[in-house]
Amino acid sequence: MLPSLYEYLLYLGDNTLILGHRNSEWCGHGPALELDIALTNISLDLIGQARLYYQYAASETAWQSEDTIAYLRDAHQFRNLLLVEQPNGDWAHTILRQFLFSSFQHHLYNYLRESSDPTIAAISNKSYKEVAYHLRWSSEWVIRMGDGTQESHQRMLTALEDLWMFTGEFFLPAPYEDQLPTGIQPLPAPLMQGFWMDRIKEVFSAAGLPVPASPGFQSGGKTGRHTEYLGYVLAEMQFLQRAYPGSNW
Amino acid sequence: MPTEQTQESYFQDKIDREVRIEPTDWMPDNYRKALIRQISQHAHSEIVGMLPEANWITRAPNLKRKAALLAKVQDEAGHGLYLYAACETLGITRDELYEQLHSGKAKYSSIFNYPTLTWADIGAIGWLVDGAAIMNQVPLCRASYGPYSRAMVRICKEESFHQRQGFDIMLTLCRGTEAQRGMAQDALNRWWWPSLMMFGPRDDDSPHSAQSMKWKIKRNSNDELRQRFVDITTEQAQFLGISIPDPELALDPETGHYRYGAINWEEFKAIIAGQGPCNRQRLEARKTAWADGAWVREAALAHSQKRAAGTSAGAPLADPSGVARSGPTGATSAETNLSNPQPAPYVK
Repeated sequence: MLPSLYEYLLYLGDNTLILGHRNSEWCGHGPALELDIALTNISLDLIGQARLYYQYAASETAWQSEDTIAYLRDAHQFRNLLLVEQPNGDWAHTILRQFLFSSFQHHLYNYLRESSDPTIAAISNKSYKEVAYHLRWSSEWVIRMGDGTQESHQRMLTALEDLWMFTGEFFLPAPYEDQLPTGIQPLPAPLMQGFWMDRIKEVFSAAGLPVPASPGFQSGGKTGRHTEYLGYVLAEMQFLQRAYPGSNW
Repeated sequence: MPTEQTQESYFQDKIDREVRIEPTDWMPDNYRKALIRQISQHAHSEIVGMLPEANWITRAPNLKRKAALLAKVQDEAGHGLYLYAACETLGITRDELYEQLHSGKAKYSSIFNYPTLTWADIGAIGWLVDGAAIMNQVPLCRASYGPYSRAMVRICKEESFHQRQGFDIMLTLCRGTEAQRGMAQDALNRWWWPSLMMFGPRDDDSPHSAQSMKWKIKRNSNDELRQRFVDITTEQAQFLGISIPDPELALDPETGHYRYGAINWEEFKAIIAGQGPCNRQRLEARKTAWADGAWVREAALAHSQKRAAGTSAGAPLADPSGVARSGPTGATSAETNLSNPQPAPYVK
């Protein structure tokens, strides 16, 4: 497998694993039982997607598996976007994080369905339907909270201030993206920004939220330079594999 | 106008003939109260029961187990929903039921007041706690109240799947390393007695049992079900190669049942009285989730009222999903539904 393809698969899988992990922290603690179920469902979809990308990434080496990839790498080897590792905060932060990511992922998978790599195309095609639901659900909640009460509106503004800075990275290609053979990622990342922004504007307008003028200036996750939060996510997630190496579970 | 007495005898006659009681049927007040107590206690147990297991979702040892555990805890939330809905048919709201849980007036299964300390606890809960729950719950699929019995049919199907998952975790641990077997044994040591307590007090000390049996809300006695559980589980523990922490446990050749030692009912009573290891944390977690979620629920309500009154801040989305079906093939197009002037270049 080409190193650029391998790293690109990690990028795709790490995004959904880490966001799925974050969302799963809500399980049992959601603001209403129906929302608890919905967010857990999204976690399950995202972790399922990570498994498919990891299985593909691991498929050409005998010593690797989805679990060695998820559990035996350290923070600098993770390729996920900084956004997805940010803490859950309140429901406004969690929903906005999901919406910003899903609206990007929805376009990304739409193109990847046409990837020249048939496995990526198949995984993305299957996952696209899941992401459509994540996007719909998170859009609706951004609107409810943006429009709802003064408190919910204020909380959305705070979440926006905390999270918007991480969105620019979506569209900055990592070296492995530039090195991918033509056709694997049919539309280069920078060209997706316009489509993404259209969705943002539409939903924010319905929510009565401003589209921030500032650029999303933070980056580094795609090449392994993360925020301090990721280390703790991994410490928790990888605990058993690290404490009892080589065991079957 | 039938007298209360004739209504009551007609009602009992229906029960005796195994005809289900439905929400609009006449029922004695005490039957209604007993059902609300039992169904809500069951619903609360499902949602409080999410907490000890959710405690291990972020630390599950591999991706397959993580996904299975997430799905399992999600199932429990779903069971909570069915049961709250069944309870609401008796004339009480979900918010009132939550209020009873939060104030301590309503109980939930005492088993969830024990902590989950290691990964093996997730196996032990599935194997023992869900195993005991199934034994308690299968007879409830024939409970006399229709909405309850129907909810229980769905719940039991999922619970038996959970029980197999739990046993599979235990089996993997018991066939694993020394450390893993130690973890499994320790979990059995801690969960065995609390699991036996799940069947409730001894028959001669169970205040609600006789009436519940007469109304067919309950079908088997606590001790009967407990014995069935001990018989089955003892042989499963032998298969796993771990020891049940009861020196008196032995097969009685005359009855064919396993005799077991005395249950520490003082511990059971202390936990019901709020003195278990995690009572305070479990209730606080539920109360905090509810209080912290208040602004979210208020926002949703305010938004729907504004939408109805036409005073929302923004225009509604033309297509909330962004993925409306288009064309006879049912192909989806993201961009065409996002007010994007550009055509979608890669849409099938």
